[in-house]
Amino acid sequence: MDVFIQQVINGLTLGAVYAMVALGYTMVYGIIQLINFAHGEVVMVGAMVAFSVIGALAPSGLPPLAIVLVAAGCAIPVCMLIGYAMERAAYRPLRGAPRLAPLITAIGVSIILQHLAMLIWSRNPLAFPQIIKVESYHFAGATITSVQIAILSISLAMMAGLAALVYRTRLGTAMRATAHNPQVAGLMGIDANRIIALTFVIGAALAAVAGVMVASYYGIAHYAMGSQLGLKAFCAAVLGGIGNIPGAMLGGVLLGVVEALGAGYIGDLTGNMFGSNYQDVFAFIVLIAVLVLRPSGLLGERVGDRA
Amino acid sequence: MIESLARLKRHAAAPWAGAAIVALALLALPFALAAVGTAWVRITNLAILFVFLSLGLNIVVGFAGLLDLGYVAFYAVGAYVYALLASPHFGIHWPFWAILPLGAAVAALFGVLIGAPTLKLRGDYLAIVTLGFGEIVRIFLNNLSQPVNITNGPQGIARIDPFRLGGIDFSKSDSFLGLTFSGPIKYYYLLLAVLLAVIFINVRLQNSRIGRAWEAIREDEIAARAMGIDTTRVKLLAFAMGATFGGVAGGMFSAIQGFVSPESFVLVESIMVVSMVVLGGMGNIWGVILGAVLLSFVPEILRFTVEPAQKQLFGRMIIEPEVIRMLIFGFALVLVMTLRPGGLWPSAVRKRELAERKP
Repeated sequence: MDVFIQQVINGLTLGAVYAMVALGYTMVYGIIQLINFAHGEVVMVGAMVAFSVIGALAPSGLPPLAIVLVAAGCAIPVCMLIGYAMERAAYRPLRGAPRLAPLITAIGVSIILQHLAMLIWSRNPLAFPQIIKVESYHFAGATITSVQIAILSISLAMMAGLAALVYRTRLGTAMRATAHNPQVAGLMGIDANRIIALTFVIGAALAAVAGVMVASYYGIAHYAMGSQLGLKAFCAAVLGGIGNIPGAMLGGVLLGVVEALGAGYIGDLTGNMFGSNYQDVFAFIVLIAVLVLRPSGLLGERVGDRA
Repeated sequence: MIESLARLKRHAAAPWAGAAIVALALLALPFALAAVGTAWVRITNLAILFVFLSLGLNIVVGFAGLLDLGYVAFYAVGAYVYALLASPHFGIHWPFWAILPLGAAVAALFGVLIGAPTLKLRGDYLAIVTLGFGEIVRIFLNNLSQPVNITNGPQGIARIDPFRLGGIDFSKSDSFLGLTFSGPIKYYYLLLAVLLAVIFINVRLQNSRIGRAWEAIREDEIAARAMGIDTTRVKLLAFAMGATFGGVAGGMFSAIQGFVSPESFVLVESIMVVSMVVLGGMGNIWGVILGAVLLSFVPEILRFTVEPAQKQLFGRMIIEPEVIRMLIFGFALVLVMTLRPGGLWPSAVRKRELAERKP
């Protein structure tokens, strides 16, 4: 039972990060039906920028919390800029082109970002400075750290903020209208290009925060960390129903818990045939299972567009 | 001069003469390369393997219009089937002509396994699922060393048998007609022969009933279905066919290298093959070959130019050639798709299709 609670806590933490990244995928997909393959790299850039800022400010004697906030404050605009730039350079010129085309440019953008990051930072994993002292709290036989609590509460707050933005503001209404029917939205005076660019930018901001969180959770940042994370977040988005914002949140959290529980129990269940080194397989199995059994995802209202 | 060239071109024998010149050049190539260094023969052999891979992927991406981002998984399957059945790892030493078809069949089976549940989905989902599948295969190769040691984990499998045919051992040198045929040169001729067969199969496939069905699906799946094409079956066939080529290439890779490990089958390899197909020209066999050859030699050329140039200019290496190669791939993918979506050597049909923008 202790293992169970512990793994659920770990899974929820990881799931919160997945959910934040999955939102970026799902918002973009909802609005232009494009899988932004390079989204994972934005997360990586967020982590890397935060790494540099924390490294530069750590000796200054500022309070640790302020340093982390400044780091996030730097990572977010950088990522927003990247999100905007890639939409302009790699996706907008291909609007209306066959579906394969933007997917291939997305792979290109992803390679470029990864290797630029490798040039700027390093090809080795960077140890993320642990400037905030990690406190552990025990309850019901399990341990939860202050970092985990911070990740859970920050992502909850950001998701609530996003929900408010999408469902309560004029901008959100415009986004949903564009997602529903770009032509009609255009006739109503909505500048679709602006809305699409904003969607990318908002997704990138969430990704930046996710990057800072995941890097401080694992204590490591690496130029290739984005692709795995991005893939899993994409699986989460599909699980929840791609294009569906609450779905991405649910899918992210569920996937995190499934992965943690799977890694915790696979050894016992298979008589130690398979160990926790198969953790990374679960996300893909979930993805394939969802696509086969319920392509529209858990909360997706559209029945799989099979054309 | 130009006029006489033009007259030559019109001559009935011109295509045959051209083919003969190309054939002679290809036959003489390994000896010219060996004069520079045996390493170049090996590089050329690897380039031919990448041509196989690109042609295989071209069936899936270029002909049928399905983006497969985990193609390297089939390459891995072929390589490991060969490695397991012809190495001291299990003590099994089957001849290559028995294993290669088996490896191709197993790869095709994997292609059907991954394709069957996902091919009825839309293309971009397929891309991600295949990407995930490629990762799963790699993770299994890395971890299937216990409880039963099947793949030997990250250490990989070494001392894999080379090809042996009659008295000829492809890993050793032989003299024939006063010429010394080293191992890599023998492999080169074998690869060249297989390459001819592969190109022939591809050309025949493209113009066959199935090839036309693939093209129809790529252009408009709904219309294709309305014309009576069993889309799921035909797509599955494309997948299996592409996987078969991957499996054969994998088996040959295994034998030529004598060593396989999961390191050789990472995502980057899949992306590299996709880059070759896209850059060369999706759907055009000759374009794809061009793309594969170009991108195979780029890293080697970079190694011989960028490294010394940087050392001369700055006294040390600032940007590694590997990074430059990947940056070139990345920019090439973006620029080709936005500026020249048909690739360097576009197929005529594909060009028309890509130029046509839907409102």
